[in-house]
Amino acid sequence: MVTERNTRRAVTAVLATLAAAAAVVAASLSGPALAQDKTAEEIAKYRQMLAEGNPAELWEAAGEELWKKPAGPKNASLEQCDLGKGPGVTKGAYAELPRYFKDANKVMDLEQRLAYCRVTLQGLTQEEALKNPFSSAGKPSDIERLAAFVTGESRGMKMNVQLKHAEEKRVYALGQKMFYYRGGAYDFACATCHAVDGQRIRLQDLPNLMTEKGAQAAYTTWPAYRVSQGEVRTMQHRLYDCLRQQRFPEPAYGSDVITALTMFLAKNANGGTYDGPNMKR
Amino acid sequence: MKTLHTMALVSIASLGLIGGAHAQTAAKGTKAEKAEKVAKVTDADIRQLIESSFTSKGPATVEGVINQDATQKACSQYPDRTKVPAPLAKKVEAAELKQVKYPADSNFIGDWKEGEKIAQNGRGMQFSDQVGGTNGANCYACHQLTKAEISFGNIGPSLYHYGKLRGNSQDVVKYTWGKIWDSNAYSACSNMPRFGHKGILTEQQIRDVMALLLDPASPVNQ
Repeated sequence: MVTERNTRRAVTAVLATLAAAAAVVAASLSGPALAQDKTAEEIAKYRQMLAEGNPAELWEAAGEELWKKPAGPKNASLEQCDLGKGPGVTKGAYAELPRYFKDANKVMDLEQRLAYCRVTLQGLTQEEALKNPFSSAGKPSDIERLAAFVTGESRGMKMNVQLKHAEEKRVYALGQKMFYYRGGAYDFACATCHAVDGQRIRLQDLPNLMTEKGAQAAYTTWPAYRVSQGEVRTMQHRLYDCLRQQRFPEPAYGSDVITALTMFLAKNANGGTYDGPNMKR
Repeated sequence: MKTLHTMALVSIASLGLIGGAHAQTAAKGTKAEKAEKVAKVTDADIRQLIESSFTSKGPATVEGVINQDATQKACSQYPDRTKVPAPLAKKVEAAELKQVKYPADSNFIGDWKEGEKIAQNGRGMQFSDQVGGTNGANCYACHQLTKAEISFGNIGPSLYHYGKLRGNSQDVVKYTWGKIWDSNAYSACSNMPRFGHKGILTEQQIRDVMALLLDPASPVNQ
């Protein structure tokens, strides 16, 4: 079982490694000779990483510890957190998110729900629960670790996001409209770059998120260990950075626009096998 | 050889990252439509969503996203811009063409070397950028331009040999200026920013990009 999983992870890692090496090399081209030096250097780096497996596993393990450790004013763990499949059920929960939660009367993505549990179970304030969502040098993020653990608990499972509740339908429709919405200085929508097959920005391939195949390939591989950043980045971070490049203003962490877009993407990815936390350039 | 080496790696990247990203539009389209029918969201809903989620930062403002102009509003209905109905396309193009400002001194062509720098530069107008900084045009993100730069995107057509193929008649010069100033003047709901109309590039920067495209000495035309 363990061996099987490791083999599968290793194959994934090989692909991701080669892809990452190519992307880094391609992105840093400023002359052919320099590019070749860079290539050798990057390949060596990734070979080493390959031997060690996906570093995201460290985030998953740290996240599991955080999940089980009593913390906050109420000195409680998150083990009774209800991610949609009942209190304490982490297996397969992420593959069904976002979803409507009756207790909060709201559709939530994983990261909104994590904050909700940290507030209700551990007694953190909303502000404390949303603090430091994206790590930076010397400032590791508990949120990234918790998200790595919970998402890892859905690895190998089929994405199965439902639009049963009226709110789930509404949030999906909001996400879809937002995906098409053109605005800002550059007139960009999400769809500007992600509605046609086979497109690239520079040498970076862009998934067509309007199709099942494209949405599955993209959605099932986040969160991911970003080799270029040395951190595990969550779906919230992915969309935050997309919106930045779209020349939209700054979205608040855990805001409803991110959940709406996530709902649109996650639902479009239904049927795909979840394979995160993954590894990417 | 060196190029081949890199290109081979790039192919592997494609396999690994988007392996088999072929459309299943038919099946997906039906599902998406169904969901849309069940829940209707209004422009007011989207406005509320944007206002409650975003904060203006640097050059990227909430107002700049909420206050869509007529073209942005119309184009938001068509994620696939090849599906824009012809009458609407004509209307958008006519309105946008009126917005093009040509240089008062009729000096259309600048320095291609500066133009190349602008084409390479992807900075500007992001919430992580400074207000009032120099923006790039980031042409290579979407277009091939020169033979030397192999890191180019494909959302827009190749512009390699742009001037060599078209010459530099007054019509070509005027069209090219208009296209950079306001891409929608010639192609409704274009994916390309309206560089002049939205104040992304200065008139001088546009002259330099014009030179990159049209100057016979530019590497674009070699």
